[in-house]
Amino acid sequence: MRNPFNPWQGRDVVAPGRPRAAARRAEASSTSSGARLGQRRDADCLVLELAGPWTTLTVAAQDVVLDTLAPNGVRRVRIDLTALEAFDTAGALLVHRTAKQLTSRGLEVELSGGLKAHRDLIETVRSHDLDCPPPPPARNPLVTLMAHTGRSTFFVLDEAVSLINFLGHTVIVLIRSLVRPSRIRVTALINQMERTGLNAMPIVGLVSFLIGVVLAYQGADQLQKFGAEIFTVNLVGVGVLREMAILLTAIIVAGRSGSAFTAQIGTMKVNEEIDAMRTIGLDPMEVLVLPRVVALVLVLPLLTFYADIMGLLGGAVMANWALDISFFQFARQFNVGVPVWSFWVGMIKAPVFAFIIAVIGCYEGFKVSISAESVGQRTTAAVVEAIFLVIVLDALFSIIFSILGI
Amino acid sequence: MQTAPDQTAPDGRIRAAPVIEVRGLRTQFGAQVIHDGLDFLVEPGEIMGVVGGSGAGKSVLLRTIIGLIRPAAGRITVLGRDTGRLAAAEARAMQRRWGVLFQDGALFSSLTVEQNIEVPLKEHTRLRPQLRRQIAGLKIGLVGLPPDSANKYPAQLSGGMRKRAGLARALALDPEILFLDEPTAGLDPIGANKFDELVQELSRALGLTLVMVTHDLNSLHAICHRISVLIDKRVKVGTIDELMRLPDAWIQEYFRGPRGRAALASDERRSQDRGDQPGGIGDSEAGPLNAGGEREDA
Repeated sequence: MRNPFNPWQGRDVVAPGRPRAAARRAEASSTSSGARLGQRRDADCLVLELAGPWTTLTVAAQDVVLDTLAPNGVRRVRIDLTALEAFDTAGALLVHRTAKQLTSRGLEVELSGGLKAHRDLIETVRSHDLDCPPPPPARNPLVTLMAHTGRSTFFVLDEAVSLINFLGHTVIVLIRSLVRPSRIRVTALINQMERTGLNAMPIVGLVSFLIGVVLAYQGADQLQKFGAEIFTVNLVGVGVLREMAILLTAIIVAGRSGSAFTAQIGTMKVNEEIDAMRTIGLDPMEVLVLPRVVALVLVLPLLTFYADIMGLLGGAVMANWALDISFFQFARQFNVGVPVWSFWVGMIKAPVFAFIIAVIGCYEGFKVSISAESVGQRTTAAVVEAIFLVIVLDALFSIIFSILGI
Repeated sequence: MQTAPDQTAPDGRIRAAPVIEVRGLRTQFGAQVIHDGLDFLVEPGEIMGVVGGSGAGKSVLLRTIIGLIRPAAGRITVLGRDTGRLAAAEARAMQRRWGVLFQDGALFSSLTVEQNIEVPLKEHTRLRPQLRRQIAGLKIGLVGLPPDSANKYPAQLSGGMRKRAGLARALALDPEILFLDEPTAGLDPIGANKFDELVQELSRALGLTLVMVTHDLNSLHAICHRISVLIDKRVKVGTIDELMRLPDAWIQEYFRGPRGRAALASDERRSQDRGDQPGGIGDSEAGPLNAGGEREDA
């Protein structure tokens, strides 16, 4: 067991631990009793007798007593450690603190009794005790609010500028690779299309179907009151094709794929993979951003078309079940009552939304700093920003289409 | 093993019961067996180093002992208690008796250093906030951090300071056992040396038993009393000297490779420096000189 390279071993490394370890075992039996403190006068000397276990778990009871100790009419204080059972740094800290306080009042303080290990521990505590500065006081809430508002405003402005910057960069890379299509990475593109498009079909389909059902049911409920049940078909048709399918698909894709883009690129950033790419001569914009943006721009219109079908199907099923409108009737009324432009209005929006979602997802990924927690923050930001911008753009489209009279 | 003269401790008493006793441990993830029939003993007051190749299960062993991973078979006794059979309340009480320093400190990033240290105090004790602050201040001093680091957040600290802060948190409840997972990984040599010294000083001043997973040969030489090598899902234990006499290829390469020799040489220098001081003579005469001779034979 002797390590010739370790001069500490066999000398005193084990020795100081031993009494404490023994004392610890005693502690187990008397933990419930807590730290005890006896006080008695001995002529002009106050004797503080520490008894029982004085450890982190037990000193709470004597903390206040010692802190508010104000001996009158004595010149000396003797702290007697003889009856101590267990002792750790918390106990030693209390002894040290009490001694310090009493000394500062001009009293003589001495320690007596106790094991060498106990005294050593007090000495260790004495030589390492720090007066840490108090935590900085809370600032005036009004000032904090102002400062926060200002900082957030500038942060948003900065973000907007660098997002537009990134958008421009993406467009340039896009055009460059359209000029030389051989630079497009087909494997990555197909892979992204599968992940963002094919794998999203179950959830997009289900949500769209249910929205069709809800629209049909609510429409039927109201329209039935003045015998215009058949116009439920118009409501479902226009609602699903113009707004619901594309908006819900975009929101689902933003939550599913936009966040995935941020997390993937962000994790690569944390792993320094992006830097590695640059040193090898790969352009991350071309390798990472382009396939994702192109894939989503191609896939979201397809998903939207699929969502249209599922939404109409949901509406038709509900109309059939609740209003006894047969599928044939539904199709005829749909053909008559829903202009074909409703479909195109929805489809036109799809690539634009896709572009925004993909660019924001990638942009936030690149903004991840070298810490794991910023991946999470940025992913949240990507989803929130993407959904926000999708809805803002949708409103803008509505205004434009109404001006155009479509 | 030449253990005969050391069976009794310096104070003449028979060696106390081991602090950690692992018997027949088997851990596995799915079909992959990490440890099989592993025995591992740690004596009170000693600094035990744990080494092994990548994937040998050093950290897994540590995590199994502190209860983060459930073993497939075997018995783990810590401070005389079988950790597999503890009720929830007993398990909590056991957690107070050991501290763990994870690789990068694992500080809670939303709290300041001081608040980090106060977390275990708040959770396990009913101390006044004022005393909690004082204890936190003491621990910050014990690990050698400057006073103004108390109100800093982990992100504002350097890697070495984060480890020290993590150590301070591990020490918050005055544990009897301290587990360190690669304490010097990622530190520069100066920082690593200082951390080694700190750990050694604390273990002496506070009477701690230390279990340290490390790859740092210098740490092994400088502060570890014994070393456990994880090989073939089991543990081989001994001092560096004893281990170097084993025929195992991995051990030979580990301790006698270029890095191992460099660490050994620096350890000799250190021992010789200490040899000049009174009190260090006996040990250094018995130690490095003989050991050095053996090494040249090999």
